[in-house]
Amino acid sequence: MEEITKHFINNNRRHFLKKMGLGIGGLAAASLLDPFSSFAGNEAPNLTGLNLPHFAPKAKRVIYLFQSGGPSQLELFDYKPLLQKMRGQDLPDSVRQGQRLTGMTSGQASFPLVGSSYKFDQYGESRAWVSSLMPYTAKVVDELCFIKSMHTEAINHDPAITFFQTGSQQAGRPSIGSWMSYGLGSLNKNLPTFTVLLSRGTGRPFSQPLYSRLWGNGFLSSLHQGVQFRSGKDPVLYLKDPDGMSRSERRNMLDHISELNRKQEEEFGDPEINSRIAQYEMAYRMQTSVPETMDIDKEPEHIIQMYGADALTPGTYAANCLLARRLIEKDVRFVQLYHMGWDQHENLPKQIEKQAKDIDQATAALIMDLKQRGLLEDTLVVWGGEFGRTNYSQGLLTDTNYGRDHHPKCFTMFMAGGGVKPGFTYGETDDFGYNIAKDPVHVHDLQATIMHLMGIDHTKFTYKHQGRRFRLTDVSGHVVKDILT
Amino acid sequence: MKTKKKLTLILYFLIPFIAVLLVKYSLRTSNDDYVSVDKKNNETTKELASVEGKMMLPDTVDFIFHVKPILSDRCFLCHGPDEGTREAGLRLDTEEGAFAAIGENLDRYAIVPGDVNKSQMVHRINAAEPEKTMPPLESNLSLTDYEKQILTKWIEQGAVWKEHWAFLPPEKKQVPKVANIEWISNDVDHFILKRLEQEGLQPSEKASKEKLLRKLYFDLTGLPPSLSQIDAFMNDDSKDAYEKIVDKLLASTAYGEHMASSWLDLSRYADTHGYQDDLERVMWPWRDWVISAFNRNLPYNDFVEWQLAGDLLPNATLEQILATGFNRNHKITQEGGVIDEEYRVEYVMDRANTTSKALMGLTMECARCHDHKYDPISQKEFYSFYSFFNKVDEKGRIDYDEIPKPNIKITPKEVKEMLSFINLPDSISEVYPMVMKDGAANRKTYVLNRGVYDAPTDEVEAGTPEVILDYKKSFPKNRLGLSKWLFDEDNPLVSRVAVNRMWQQIFGVGIVATSDDFGNQGDLPSHPNLLDYLAVTFREEGWDMKKMYKRMVMSSAYQQTSKVTPELLELDPDNKLLARSSRSKLSAEMIRDNALAVSGLLVKKVGGPSVKPYQPPGLWAETTSGQGLTKYIPDVGEGQYRRSLYTFWKRTVPPPSLMTFDAPTRDFCEVKRQKTSTPLQALAMLNDPQLIEAAEYLAQRILNQDNLSDKDRVETIFRKITTRLPAEEETNKLLAYLKSAKDSYKPIEDDIENKEIPNKETHAYTVLTSLIFNLDETIIKG
Repeated sequence: MEEITKHFINNNRRHFLKKMGLGIGGLAAASLLDPFSSFAGNEAPNLTGLNLPHFAPKAKRVIYLFQSGGPSQLELFDYKPLLQKMRGQDLPDSVRQGQRLTGMTSGQASFPLVGSSYKFDQYGESRAWVSSLMPYTAKVVDELCFIKSMHTEAINHDPAITFFQTGSQQAGRPSIGSWMSYGLGSLNKNLPTFTVLLSRGTGRPFSQPLYSRLWGNGFLSSLHQGVQFRSGKDPVLYLKDPDGMSRSERRNMLDHISELNRKQEEEFGDPEINSRIAQYEMAYRMQTSVPETMDIDKEPEHIIQMYGADALTPGTYAANCLLARRLIEKDVRFVQLYHMGWDQHENLPKQIEKQAKDIDQATAALIMDLKQRGLLEDTLVVWGGEFGRTNYSQGLLTDTNYGRDHHPKCFTMFMAGGGVKPGFTYGETDDFGYNIAKDPVHVHDLQATIMHLMGIDHTKFTYKHQGRRFRLTDVSGHVVKDILT
Repeated sequence: MKTKKKLTLILYFLIPFIAVLLVKYSLRTSNDDYVSVDKKNNETTKELASVEGKMMLPDTVDFIFHVKPILSDRCFLCHGPDEGTREAGLRLDTEEGAFAAIGENLDRYAIVPGDVNKSQMVHRINAAEPEKTMPPLESNLSLTDYEKQILTKWIEQGAVWKEHWAFLPPEKKQVPKVANIEWISNDVDHFILKRLEQEGLQPSEKASKEKLLRKLYFDLTGLPPSLSQIDAFMNDDSKDAYEKIVDKLLASTAYGEHMASSWLDLSRYADTHGYQDDLERVMWPWRDWVISAFNRNLPYNDFVEWQLAGDLLPNATLEQILATGFNRNHKITQEGGVIDEEYRVEYVMDRANTTSKALMGLTMECARCHDHKYDPISQKEFYSFYSFFNKVDEKGRIDYDEIPKPNIKITPKEVKEMLSFINLPDSISEVYPMVMKDGAANRKTYVLNRGVYDAPTDEVEAGTPEVILDYKKSFPKNRLGLSKWLFDEDNPLVSRVAVNRMWQQIFGVGIVATSDDFGNQGDLPSHPNLLDYLAVTFREEGWDMKKMYKRMVMSSAYQQTSKVTPELLELDPDNKLLARSSRSKLSAEMIRDNALAVSGLLVKKVGGPSVKPYQPPGLWAETTSGQGLTKYIPDVGEGQYRRSLYTFWKRTVPPPSLMTFDAPTRDFCEVKRQKTSTPLQALAMLNDPQLIEAAEYLAQRILNQDNLSDKDRVETIFRKITTRLPAEEETNKLLAYLKSAKDSYKPIEDDIENKEIPNKETHAYTVLTSLIFNLDETIIKG
């Protein structure tokens, strides 16, 4: 210990100065005055100080349309005529290969195979398979890049959705949007870098909950937490001034606060005070910019029609898709949607029709709307849930009814825009739709690919916390090069 | 001529600035900082590395200070404790390994003391060929020239090896002699001042009485002083005026509540189970115990022992059993279809991780899947430690309406007879808090391959990491024995970690800044001898927490002003030397409690079921599955105005006003909160209806007092909120604002009908009070 002291003393100057790099003192003053160097900030290079992006990005922004609950790939995109032929027959052990089942079906006496009740067809020049549940999506397949061979490690909702969003099944790591906010900073000065929109499906309105940690910053600074944009009077928590307070009154108050704070800064010399003043200015700007963004009154009729009538009902998936486009137009870096209700254990046909209807038109509209505005080029759209569903029925299989349990071994996602091949399908499952036959894509691979498109080498983008360098992709993940333009 | 002069002048200022910048850039090692803006790119480091090497290489290179941080951070990943991924048979985390022969013929050495040429390490770190360079390119780790020179010089100077400081028992050294003896209040100051004097620095002057009082109140009770308390202190000129307040605050109930608040973070306490549908649980009787234990000043060793192993104590009392709820605060799932054992294993993991992080400052969870990458903790040792917590007869998945077992039943009878600290309302006839009980004492523990629940390999016995301290034969191999081991006189970590966390609470940053990591990757202590002095003293004094807190706040170091000169800020931005007091931000709880307290709304009731104050509507409803806690129904009445530590904690949707101000999620053990400044905080300060209500209430109370001028009123409000009187200039600004608020007042339409409210005065004073709530000073102590 004696030596530690000695050397500390000899070297403290070096040590302290080291901390100064772009620290709170000196240089940082510049970035403190623009506190959103992470949360906002303009496109000044390297404002985050991280030397990112590592290479030229194909996408600058992301819209992640998370389908919570686990949409059935077999009803939507992964066409398996064999399952229709073998309807009612038991899943062969040779196919199952000892795969873990959830506690919900592990006790089932048989595992009767069941094919989709919905007709599949091929669409577009790309001849992509889409079922009759997704007529609008079918029309835009030439913009989409399907991954039929997604697989994950978790088999239950909480760990699986946490895994998708944070790269770990257990809570505590930052969400993908937080990583982007931290790594790339903001593209605008008036809105948060990472925004979150929630909607509830009509297929199974009350099925799986969401957890705010899914858009949490984990061990990153809370500047990078996802900011929920909610329907209603107060779209961002505490955004609205008290009743009766005008903008000029608020401005007047903020000016007085700043003046008095500056006096404190003069007296105490604490640079944090400047940072706080700047935060108040950002808050003030958000009070205008957020409601402006949320206000769809000026959207022309044909745009509303494009997204569907639901777009006029705040808090619906369609309304959120429209908002997502508006946020992207204002250069928000990462827009995360969650649509709940894709957990069809039973009564699948009835439920999934409604679920699909919720999202089909608006998803397709969002992609085409981005395209017609030239935004799809550098905006990446990601669509998918936390796992797939089994090829056998959960519960009784009848002529008109069946259900499907969670299935982590294969499912379908699609992406569009910023740097992925349009009209392309990657990966294949076997004829049973149970195992991957070709080109598996792990969750970490997908995360690595999204980061790659944003100009980030996922192996180099780390954050040191409690002595360890953490990555979104933990210790694995490969960029799926074949789907890149 | 004039222009030229101007230019010279600019250059005059610019040159030193550029020089400082150059030094700053060049001096950085790659020791990553946590603040994103603090990062910088490697290119610059490399360009300037030659400058730094020449300028700053220390005369004597020290292993602990200079060398090991580099080895640990850049080399241990492949040449460290983890046997599974060790490359080339080279291990650099032990003396034996570092100096051992390597290579196929065992004829080479990574390090040959005093012989740079024969030291392979020197060749490899300087190798020009990418395939030979260490660390390898693909590791994304690299060494700066400065770091290479450090390693080289260390070998040149004989490569003296030292063990990791934190694993050696603390030694109590004599307090160092200092010159400025008048400044000294107690032993703490000797250590602080010694360091300052060596640096040629002076401590700062004493803080103003008001500032000091405010800081002390918040640090010991989490609440501000009232006007009469301020007056009493200001008017007390006796020598021990300050000490009297310290004693009074340590004896107040609010002390226990405040200390409990951070213990709840550490204990990942919450009112719900935390996974998926996140159902309600009843653990608040345990929280009431924590408050009471702090207030009774239960010695830290008992405090911890009861929580770890109260049930195993001879003739354990119900209170001691209740205390073990500590290790049942982990999350529990009810998600349909999960595999029971998978989650049961998670709970045991959580207990092991929490115990190691909270009490020993070790990141033992890193050894769950493989040997620890940085610290000498093997995977086998992790599971030996895990074994202590693996005997509970519990379920991995509980049903929706199930109270997890083991638990204890508490009725008014138990409360009356032995648990009087529990605030059990008349409306509740019984509660069943969870506790620890080794009901599955025969359950065997195995190393789990890759940490996966269904991949057991070798059986292990309960035990502790060898590098820290032997597990004495006399210690039983259960949690009680573990507690004995933790509090053994030779345990190097427990006492240090405890006093460090207490120091962090009082001074803002720990003596070891990484209060959650005392391992190889953690920070070194800024005042190692002080840390040891406090650690040993804490034990010698019978683990007396109040006495330790008193020692800290009685020091002159604590009582300094937080005013900082640009020079000092430049030299010591993080205030490690303590040549001033830190200007720390209030915690989330303090910010809200302050507003409630100064306005007069605060209900000072201790303990009981958690309460539901205002939160923006819809937050629970919009994420729920329809099961469990589907809708947040705010309390009516006093539940609105209790201290924030009583706010109901739903883990999947934690209280937004607290989360906005950096409260952790309580998903797992957290010993240190972030301190951020965000626009969402500004919005909450401006518009949170609770704060508006507090402002209005305070405004109305002040207006209800007769015969006061605007100036009197402004001063009173300001003083209540900030503890000090505003300077004249400030008063004038506030008065001007008040006038403008009155002038711009327009009654809102609703108010015209509601004849009670159209009150210009109330409105103007409310916004004035809100303004003062929003001053930086209001959310700062010190």
